[in-house]
Amino acid sequence: MGMLSLAIWTPIAFGVVLLALGNDEQAKASRWVAFIGALVSFLITLPLYGQFDTTSAAMQFVENAPWIERFHINYHLGLDGISFWFVLLTAFINLVVVIAGWEAITSRVNQYMGAFLILSGLMIGVFCALDGMLFYVFFEATLIPMYLIIGIWGGPNKIYAAFKFFLYTLLGSLLMLVALIYLYTQSNGSFELSTWYALPLGKTAQTLLFFAFFAAFAVKVPMWPVHTWLPDVHVEAPTGGSAVLAAIMLKLGAYGFLRFSMPIVPDASHEWAGMMIALSLIAVVYVGLVAMVQQDMKKLVAYSSVAHMGFVTLGFFMFNQIGMSGGLVQMIAHGFVSGAMFLCIGVLYDRVHSRQIADYGGVVNTMPKFAAFALLFSMANCGLPGTAGFVGEWMVILGGVKFNFWIGLIAASALIFGAAYTLWMFKRVYLGAIGNDHVKELLDINAREFLMLALLAGAVLYMGVYPKPFTDVMDASVAQLLKQVAVSKLN
Amino acid sequence: MIDKLSWITAYPEMILIVMACVIALMDLGVKTPLRGATYGMTLATLAVVAALEAAYASEGATYYGFGNMVVSDAMGNWLKCFAAIAVMVTLVYGRPYAGQRGMLRGGEIFTLNLFSLLGMFVMISGNNFLVLYLGLELLTLSAYALVALRRDNAVATEAAIKYFVLGAMASGFLLYGMSMLYGATGTLDITAVFKAVSSGQLRHQVLIFGLVFIVAGLGFKLGVVPFHMWIPDVYQGAPTAVTLMIGGAPKLAAFAMTIRLLVEGLLPLANDWQQMLMLLAIASLLIGNLAAIGQTNIKRMLAFSTISQMGFVLIGLLAGVVSGQPIATANAYSSSMFYVVSYVLTTLGTFGVLLLLSREGFESEEIADFAGLNQRSPLYAGVMAVCMFSLAGIPPMVGFYAKLSVLQALIMPGDTASLSLAVFAVAMSLIGAFYYLRVVKVMYFDAPITASTVVAGSDVRVVLCINGALVLVLGLLPGGLMALCSHAIQQMLGT
Repeated sequence: MGMLSLAIWTPIAFGVVLLALGNDEQAKASRWVAFIGALVSFLITLPLYGQFDTTSAAMQFVENAPWIERFHINYHLGLDGISFWFVLLTAFINLVVVIAGWEAITSRVNQYMGAFLILSGLMIGVFCALDGMLFYVFFEATLIPMYLIIGIWGGPNKIYAAFKFFLYTLLGSLLMLVALIYLYTQSNGSFELSTWYALPLGKTAQTLLFFAFFAAFAVKVPMWPVHTWLPDVHVEAPTGGSAVLAAIMLKLGAYGFLRFSMPIVPDASHEWAGMMIALSLIAVVYVGLVAMVQQDMKKLVAYSSVAHMGFVTLGFFMFNQIGMSGGLVQMIAHGFVSGAMFLCIGVLYDRVHSRQIADYGGVVNTMPKFAAFALLFSMANCGLPGTAGFVGEWMVILGGVKFNFWIGLIAASALIFGAAYTLWMFKRVYLGAIGNDHVKELLDINAREFLMLALLAGAVLYMGVYPKPFTDVMDASVAQLLKQVAVSKLN
Repeated sequence: MIDKLSWITAYPEMILIVMACVIALMDLGVKTPLRGATYGMTLATLAVVAALEAAYASEGATYYGFGNMVVSDAMGNWLKCFAAIAVMVTLVYGRPYAGQRGMLRGGEIFTLNLFSLLGMFVMISGNNFLVLYLGLELLTLSAYALVALRRDNAVATEAAIKYFVLGAMASGFLLYGMSMLYGATGTLDITAVFKAVSSGQLRHQVLIFGLVFIVAGLGFKLGVVPFHMWIPDVYQGAPTAVTLMIGGAPKLAAFAMTIRLLVEGLLPLANDWQQMLMLLAIASLLIGNLAAIGQTNIKRMLAFSTISQMGFVLIGLLAGVVSGQPIATANAYSSSMFYVVSYVLTTLGTFGVLLLLSREGFESEEIADFAGLNQRSPLYAGVMAVCMFSLAGIPPMVGFYAKLSVLQALIMPGDTASLSLAVFAVAMSLIGAFYYLRVVKVMYFDAPITASTVVAGSDVRVVLCINGALVLVLGLLPGGLMALCSHAIQQMLGT
């Protein structure tokens, strides 16, 4: 079994064991099994970093075996610089989320933990898949555990949110399914991505395929104007669900643009790049403004996610090295930061059972340690230099200025909104006099919460201070992708 | 003089008919309320028959027997094998239910099931219009009796009468169509009909006239719009154990009969029946899915879901015609076959859970009865959820690959019509996802209405677990079943 297979199937195996053997009486055992599972799953992804050859743009750790021979579908896995960090990020966030759900989840613990472990394996599968159908199977299968996580452990309006999440994203992916089958017939029966990259396609076909992929990935990112499911879902999802959703699941969409849209339909990608950039800028500016007026902390961070993901797609569709790498770095950074933001909200919610900003005030007085973490993550969310949030946004803005000064300017000015809504929320929740009796009785974070936030804080600072390991891994693959996209597929 | 080869084609059928009679007689002496002895005999018979068919099928040879009246080929043998297993599973799931409702006062349920299976076998292997018709009648007559088995139950009796009237009409249609074709071609033998029709010397109008009636008759049996009206009422009215009997294995037989009639017999008219099937498929997908949304009774919902699923099967059948290339054609029909087989597998699991929830004096019929099943029994909730996701076509369940293979057969490069039909089918399955998800929602998100745990006999528990696991495992590794269907169809087409 290859390393990537191990990375995919280890968490799934632990998850299945939890589902099969756990029950409500053994909640404690379930937690520990889940923790060990998540830890092992994370540790086995670490050797990947040592063995990854950063100078090569080729796929590494490749595994290829026939899976469904009748359709020539292969179990084909591999990593390149684009997908590499997401495997580690997924395993890392999964570990953090398992720690986060330790006390907050009291009912059906084994199912909760099992769902997250299985989800994590499936998402790693999405990033590793090099076969179109394998990708699709992993991509779609992630809906099932997430649907259950939202629906079982979510807030009061959880059923609406679960259905909205499932059906909204399913609509997009079903169109992609038709596109994949179309490519399969066009390429004389192959689901291999590398075959599709070399497949010549006409203009109309490219446009249709581009929009089929767009339907799947834009919904997942989510880009404006198909972002409306995200705030609803975040508000209702349990803390762990929100963290995984924001940190990893949104990245599946952005990753899809790089893995599918751009190399398979390069001409259409260029043709519609203007639209993509416009939508991204609207997300950055308009959704940033929307975030500012939110009363609910989770909704605010959800809108801020949409705005940050706007930076990602903006960076991608300018087709220059620094913009694209910036988009990728932003994806990783947002994975850490948004995950941390949601976990912080979860820490407060577990104590006060409210997400309304108005229900808080002066939390710093009762929870100083926690407030320090929250400040760090808020700063990272604004893109303060020295934190992870800065690197990606700065690179995208550089790419923007290189592409077109005005686009760079608009993107840069949007940072102000980011700072405004994040800091204003921080001020209203944490600073000032103690707002009410609930806040007065708050206890500071315990060792478990400290560990979980410290892990994330370390990652945020490390990436902010020394982003070189992240960008080094990407460079060769991004250059290769740009070269690929520059070649027209119209005969 | 009947040659030796003929007997080979008919051994399983002979076993069935002999055992059906033996079990009927033996049952007179059985006194236990759940009729363990005859139940065991029936299962053993079915297991032997299934094993025999599997052995024939893997041998892969084609025999024509009894003066070309029946054919034994890999496709037929596999379908018979699956049908026997499906009936076996149906009996396992249905026995406790039947016992609680006085349907086991006599052993008729076993005999009737064996006879209806015999009918299916004859339908699957018939190579002659009349043989097909006889098989169909044997199946449906046994099914009418099964539906009416609870004769003191008004709903069941009503369902039986509806089923009988509409079923008789459908048989009439089919027979009428067959007689038209007989008039035109002068033969009842399917191989000969094929030769006569492909000679191109017959009057097209007469053939089309017969074809319309045949398609209508098949439409009734498959249960596709606009010939679907009986399905919701019969599904709802029949005792659940019998609903499973009607909704499971007979779909395999109906599929085989469609292949025998339309492909083996009337392939030269493919361009005509393809258009008819396309209309039926579109209407079934549309009405089946839309009507299912509004249902609160789960049996009715599953009835409408069947209608929409059969729409997908038809898409596979009609896709084979478009291309004209033998390989693509085989792909299309085998995708339909794969669809039917995986559909039956999933339906068995769904009804298995449904039957389990029905207790003495309590019919589990409303979707709301599933509320909080996850808290009462995570295992059965899991089985049901896997089946629902499979019917909705979400990977990695087997239902996804069924939809994938049908769509793959449908989409042809440069053909916008097929592409639009694919997009339509996909949009409809999105609607389908909604009502399947609703069942999952009720099981997982809602609070339970009763705290009672779900009790199941060990046979039911084991079979249900295997059934649920198969839906998932065949989803992870669908290659084997796909290859099996593909080989069977290729052999049937002689490519």
